[in-house]
Amino acid sequence: MTEGYNFAYLDEQTKRMIRRALLKAVAIPGHQVPFGSREMPLPYGWGTGGIQVTASILGTNDVLKVIDQGADDTTNAVSIRRFFARTADVATTTHTADATVIQTRHRIPEKTLRDNQIIVYQVPQPEPLYRLESSRVETRRMHGLADYGLMHVKLYEDVARFGQISISYDYPVLVNQRYLMSPSPIPAFDNPKMDRMPALQLFGAGREKRIYAIPPWTAVRSLDFDDHPFRAINASEPCGLCGATDSYLDEVVIDDRGGRLFVCSDTDHCAERRAAGHIGKDGFAEAAE
Amino acid sequence: MYVTVKGGEKAIDAAHAWLAEERRGDRSVPELSIDQIAEQLGRSVDRVMGEGSCYDRGLAALAIKQSQGDLIEAAFLLRAYRTTLPRFAHSLPVNTSAMRAERRISAIFKDLPGGQILGPTYDYTHRLLDFALAAGGPVPQVPVAEPDGAVLPRVPDILGREGLLEPDVSSDAVPGDLTREPLMFPAGRDVRLQALARGDEGFLLALGYSTQRGYGGSHPFAGEIRMGEVAVEIEPAELGFAIDIGDIVVTECQMVNQFKGSKTVPAQFTRGYGLVFGFSERKAMAMALVDRAMRAAELGEELTAPAQNVEFVLYHSDNIEATGFTEHLKLPHYVDFQSELQNVRRMREAAE
Amino acid sequence: MIGLTAGFADPVQDAQRCFRSVLDAMSRPGRIATVAGVAPPAPLCVASAAVLLTLIDHETTFWLDPAAGAANAWIAFHCGAPSADMPRDAAFAFSLGLADLTRFNAGNHEGPETSATIVVQLPSLTGGAPLRLSGPGLKDSATIAPLGLPADFPAIWRRNRGLFPAGIDLILCAGNTLAALPRTVQVEEA
Repeated sequence: MTEGYNFAYLDEQTKRMIRRALLKAVAIPGHQVPFGSREMPLPYGWGTGGIQVTASILGTNDVLKVIDQGADDTTNAVSIRRFFARTADVATTTHTADATVIQTRHRIPEKTLRDNQIIVYQVPQPEPLYRLESSRVETRRMHGLADYGLMHVKLYEDVARFGQISISYDYPVLVNQRYLMSPSPIPAFDNPKMDRMPALQLFGAGREKRIYAIPPWTAVRSLDFDDHPFRAINASEPCGLCGATDSYLDEVVIDDRGGRLFVCSDTDHCAERRAAGHIGKDGFAEAAE
Repeated sequence: MYVTVKGGEKAIDAAHAWLAEERRGDRSVPELSIDQIAEQLGRSVDRVMGEGSCYDRGLAALAIKQSQGDLIEAAFLLRAYRTTLPRFAHSLPVNTSAMRAERRISAIFKDLPGGQILGPTYDYTHRLLDFALAAGGPVPQVPVAEPDGAVLPRVPDILGREGLLEPDVSSDAVPGDLTREPLMFPAGRDVRLQALARGDEGFLLALGYSTQRGYGGSHPFAGEIRMGEVAVEIEPAELGFAIDIGDIVVTECQMVNQFKGSKTVPAQFTRGYGLVFGFSERKAMAMALVDRAMRAAELGEELTAPAQNVEFVLYHSDNIEATGFTEHLKLPHYVDFQSELQNVRRMREAAE
Repeated sequence: MIGLTAGFADPVQDAQRCFRSVLDAMSRPGRIATVAGVAPPAPLCVASAAVLLTLIDHETTFWLDPAAGAANAWIAFHCGAPSADMPRDAAFAFSLGLADLTRFNAGNHEGPETSATIVVQLPSLTGGAPLRLSGPGLKDSATIAPLGLPADFPAIWRRNRGLFPAGIDLILCAGNTLAALPRTVQVEEA
């Protein structure tokens, strides 16, 4: 552990403040609770909210997984995982099933999360209405009144102009039939996973100084219209490496002649499938880890 | 055959090693010491202490060395350090009337008690590159005078005695603290001033400048600018009296602004206030302009300009927040981009 | 402070464990968690004392049930929470048995998070009249039978729930066990 710093970096006073905010967030599903976000040794916008939430819940018995874009080995995920390994001496894993706490940026793992897991989302912009109303004084008032007409008008205009809702990520959701909430910039593909998820979902926005939460088994509805139901977008082919047809795919440019390869964004999911013998058209047999 | 990319950890280690190498530069050139930075790059140190919200010249100098002179990065290093420090006490308000001033000027009176003190200013230097400095020549002798012990009354107080300046209302309320509690609206002047004192010099300079060009004009006069040492005192509850814990250098600016009066308030001058760590005159002046602009609503003025929009100013003045979020665009966004790509493809198909 | 029992034996790790129990309880209404690590001052039970050590400090205004005044010095020493003159000024409160919820700050629609959290100490979290719980955190419904709540608790709670998104949140403590009732939970006689 890093000398001179408290367990999990934050001082106990700060943890208590964040813990109080977390409890209120859980009690008011989808409501953004202001909190006294601290400067962290990582830049604002790089996961400071998620890190503060994780640091406030993490204990010595936890096993932490950190992903960015679904992958455990992207540089920012590596950096954050190292931070907790150094400051909290916590066990880390890349296996979704083995983790008790999963901190994520932009994805929800493909494997269904369990009742005894907590997923912590890094949130760049917690206010779902910010593109429609830039004043946070105004948006706060709108949340207070559950006045979400602006968003409905925006979606309706999308349908009128494009014949469909044009939001592909950070697709707004209504939590417990009350609060409009940003799911963070996850692809809309992941939105259905939030609905009645068995795991507790916590959201931290460090720069914007907001924490929010969705308790387990809570209804999370992606906004839509009866005649234009919510539809998740994904590439229309299987993973080139593991052949999965039900996972979210990244597009990899493999040459400068238009060559493309689609592979699972969830690297753990893909590796697990390949280890179990699933091979896609561009894949190859791998020895089980 | 496609093999997924791995090795983020190795790449990060290699990048850090390269950075350290580059920071040191050519090893035949002597390494900068912290003392050299603290002593010879004082204005950089002042800015880093102010925007880093931590008064410690040595640590600020270290941060400047570590960041290769990138002052926003240095302020960030200092802020990240200060958040880990326990709070033992809160200081009493510093008394700038009792400042041991090195500089004190007023633009609104030709002379005044205590006089005009130019101090170590660039104001009247001709901006000619000094090649003698490159050669490392000797420093000219400074004439030294005995301190005359003159009291320096604050210019606003002089105006205030005549009732021409809005009174400065003192308050025993505990000021808010943005480093502990999130910004909420309406934001009181205490919190606004704290945000400005921590705010980015360039941003405040541009905003203050905009008020002079007609975007929320407030007809400012530099009532007084003073820079020097003030004592910091705390009053521990168990003692019941104040004790001096040290001195800090601050720059204070009192802008005096024309005000035609309103239905309830007679014509008088109003105040804009700036107070910044170290010798940071440009920042203190810009802060005072923006502070005054943000008082528009309170004074019944029409809100028309960016500098008068409290929410806009306060949410965008912090360069640690701004730099983090601007630079976070470097992080991978390929999942979002992929969903946009599929979305655009789908919309084009639908349009065909 | 002579005569006061100690706080957490391991302030960092014990507080973390207790918090996770409270978080788990708040996320899954009715789920009973156990806590340890503290020798409480009378009349506080282990769970009540642990929750206060975990959540309150000099940044939280606190109202202590006068009937639990004997614990005042212990709480002041270990937590340092400024005491609220009136219940409605408190961010946190402790009561022996259920306090009158209407005397506390329920927050408002724009700031529902400013409402009070009340630690309610009961004789036991089992053995009382069974209550059926449903709402966020629960897959279907759960049953809890705390001993010592008033008979008309479902009606009292309905009024609190009617304030949503404002409302009071409760942490029920008995012995070394705790459970939570966030404002969202529906409570019916089972």
